[in-house]
Amino acid sequence: MRVESEIVITPEAVVLNGEHVAVQETGDKMLVELYRHYVGAYPKFFKMDTLCRLGFIAAEMVLKSTDRFTDGIQNTECAIILANRSASIQNDTDYLTTISDGNYYPSPALFVYTLPNIVTGEIAIRHHLQGETAFYVLDKPEELEPILLSTLNDKNTPVLAGWCECSGPNMFYAKIQLIWNNLSNN
Amino acid sequence: MVYCIGHSIISPLGEGSQANATAVQAGRSGLRVHTSRFADVEPFCASLFETPQDFTALCIRSVEMALKEAKIKPEEPGVVFILSTTKGDNLDLITPAQAIARHFGNPNPPIVVSNACTSGVCAQITAKRLLESGIYETAVVVGCDIQTRFIVSGFQSFKALSPEPCKPFSPDRNGLNLGEAAATIVYTRTQTASLTEHRTQIRWILEAGSIHNDANHLSAPSRTGEGAYRCLMDVLDGTDPKDIHLIGVHGTATLYNDDMEKAALERAGMANTPVSALKPFFGHTMGAAGILETILCMMQLQQGTCIKMLSGFGGVNAAIKLKVERRKGES
Repeated sequence: MRVESEIVITPEAVVLNGEHVAVQETGDKMLVELYRHYVGAYPKFFKMDTLCRLGFIAAEMVLKSTDRFTDGIQNTECAIILANRSASIQNDTDYLTTISDGNYYPSPALFVYTLPNIVTGEIAIRHHLQGETAFYVLDKPEELEPILLSTLNDKNTPVLAGWCECSGPNMFYAKIQLIWNNLSNN
Repeated sequence: MVYCIGHSIISPLGEGSQANATAVQAGRSGLRVHTSRFADVEPFCASLFETPQDFTALCIRSVEMALKEAKIKPEEPGVVFILSTTKGDNLDLITPAQAIARHFGNPNPPIVVSNACTSGVCAQITAKRLLESGIYETAVVVGCDIQTRFIVSGFQSFKALSPEPCKPFSPDRNGLNLGEAAATIVYTRTQTASLTEHRTQIRWILEAGSIHNDANHLSAPSRTGEGAYRCLMDVLDGTDPKDIHLIGVHGTATLYNDDMEKAALERAGMANTPVSALKPFFGHTMGAAGILETILCMMQLQQGTCIKMLSGFGGVNAAIKLKVERRKGES
């Protein structure tokens, strides 16, 4: 397996393929800044919770940074395999405020984001990827490695994979890679 | 190859796989209308335990039952615990997974699969890959969800719930019912001591598994069943659809889901294959569904080959294919 490109996003910094990306804002505002610069016309972005915004932006930047992807080789069979420790806790907490005692008005717009795998669905829709999407909840990022290795043994497709953790609008960490399976050989 | 060497179901219909299979055969359903279970929540029809259960304790009881049949030593380093759940213990997924693994003295970090309704099937695919890659020898795959005010209020806000027992694949179906259960399957691979000691006449093999996204909509499945169709084609992999004896469908009884599954089955040339839809008995048991329904597919069909498919939020679909191996001279 070979890492084709990699992005790391923290609330203060963005590093794409080893190089710092200039940003003015921090936290969720920085994700909006990146959206305006790298994505533009995709208003659904503003409906997303921070976990989805984080994964969505990371995927956009990592995929656009490689010629292989823009060339369109096997795009539709690219898998998306993400993991974190806190599942969808930030959005779960937001949804809980809509059903609090004395103020019961459950929000379907928030409830739809109360699953961690929704971020993989958002990325799949954006890039028309009809391959595998999977979400794992693990104690530590390195615990994803055996899962990825065994997935790559089973599947002859590129994989967008990594850690996508968010516990608040200004508390997140993503490290996502586009991995080219050696078996693909192209 | 990957073999099932033990399983269990704990649901409002009974304790143990056999008790649940018997209840289904007798036509018993766990679905009841609940009017005062959760504050503020409108009355809803669901399959709930009489007394609220502790998530972790329920998983542990289910695993204990499956281990008794599988006769493995969960404390050995070749064993991995995989938990399939969407909301875990009150929104915490990793802590109960660690508590379950620790309870059985297992030394490895547990894996939680949280892939919406497909979690239970995806967890079995994860197990298969880890065993076939030689990373582990045996996987204990447990699925569970407990219904809460959080979940029921959310599904009500979607207007996805049926006020009466659901009717999968019926023209007059009008929504789903929620349910709670825990289910466990123990898988092991060829050439392990656990497999050698598992001397039953019938052995189920987890032959194939596949996951695909519709890439169409977050909460409504593709009209053409694209992801589900691709999963079916992957797991069939050249098998004549006529050789599939039973398909365990997701069958939530929402208009969209069942239409999508029907479209995928027709496209795959399986319009005439018998289907099993179990949600009128158990409701939608979320993280448990893919495992509970796989066990009941195996028990309904003690010989032959079956497919279990699922679809869920985030546009994700999954399917696995299981095949019976009959062994002569074993008791």
